[in-house]
Amino acid sequence: MTETNAEHKHPGTGTYVTIAAVLTVITLVEVGVFYVPAFEAFLAPILLTLSAAKFALVVMFYMHLKGDHPLFTAILTIPMLIAFGVAIALLFLFGVFTLGGSGA
Amino acid sequence: MSAVAHHTSTGLDNRKLAMWTFIGSECLLFGTLISTYLVYQGQSLSGPMPGEILDIPLTSISTFVLLMSSLAMVLALAAVTRADRLWSRVWIFATAALGLVFLGFQAYEFTHFVHEGLTIKTSLFGSTFFVLTGTHGAHVAVGVLLLLTLLVRSFQGKLGPDKAMVVEITGLYWHFVDVVWIVIFTVVYLLS
Repeated sequence: MTETNAEHKHPGTGTYVTIAAVLTVITLVEVGVFYVPAFEAFLAPILLTLSAAKFALVVMFYMHLKGDHPLFTAILTIPMLIAFGVAIALLFLFGVFTLGGSGA
Repeated sequence: MSAVAHHTSTGLDNRKLAMWTFIGSECLLFGTLISTYLVYQGQSLSGPMPGEILDIPLTSISTFVLLMSSLAMVLALAAVTRADRLWSRVWIFATAALGLVFLGFQAYEFTHFVHEGLTIKTSLFGSTFFVLTGTHGAHVAVGVLLLLTLLVRSFQGKLGPDKAMVVEITGLYWHFVDVVWIVIFTVVYLLS
């Protein structure tokens, strides 16, 4: 059976606006955290977590992956994991990350 | 009225599958560019450094603009699906306009950086920054052209509910451009 918009249920306007509000709040928190010296030690994990949350919200609700066919999720996720793995490998290879020792 | 059915072996619309595959390949492209930026981060020997030149408040506003364009895009798809011509045009126009505003911010930022002495040839930071954000900006520009094409088709009366899949596919591209910026904003601007 072919998938069409009639068959594929999308969220309503209320959900879209709520997601936009949440994305705005997360962005404000990101910028706020950036300027607060107390968070400096934890800046990277906090910002990466918030960024991942925004990414997931857009992909799940605006790109409709939440209710869509799992094949689309796989087509996005597998290259993303490869890209992430390549990035981590390059960071180790060029000495930005090291295993227990000092960088190159 | 539902979209015209195309029988496929997967049961999925081929055009949508193609767009998702394209987006998957784009993940690798941007993954490479972001990796390159990170690998060379902090290794510039000259020129303005990220902490001296990046304008966080300005970029936060442009990030907000791009996020709101994604909201306009989904509202455009909803309007096209329910055959609301007026609001589909309004939201498609709003999405394209917000995309253009984002590009305006980027043009201002690039011009400002060049005046401050940071060009693509100045340093490793300049090279990796301009290539990464410039590639993203080019994607936004392509998205704006796609949206303007949809707008013209709408005014020609050729963007009814039967074409909702075309709008959805354009939306997928637009939202992908948005999520890439979410990563760039964090990695390049906030963590630099």
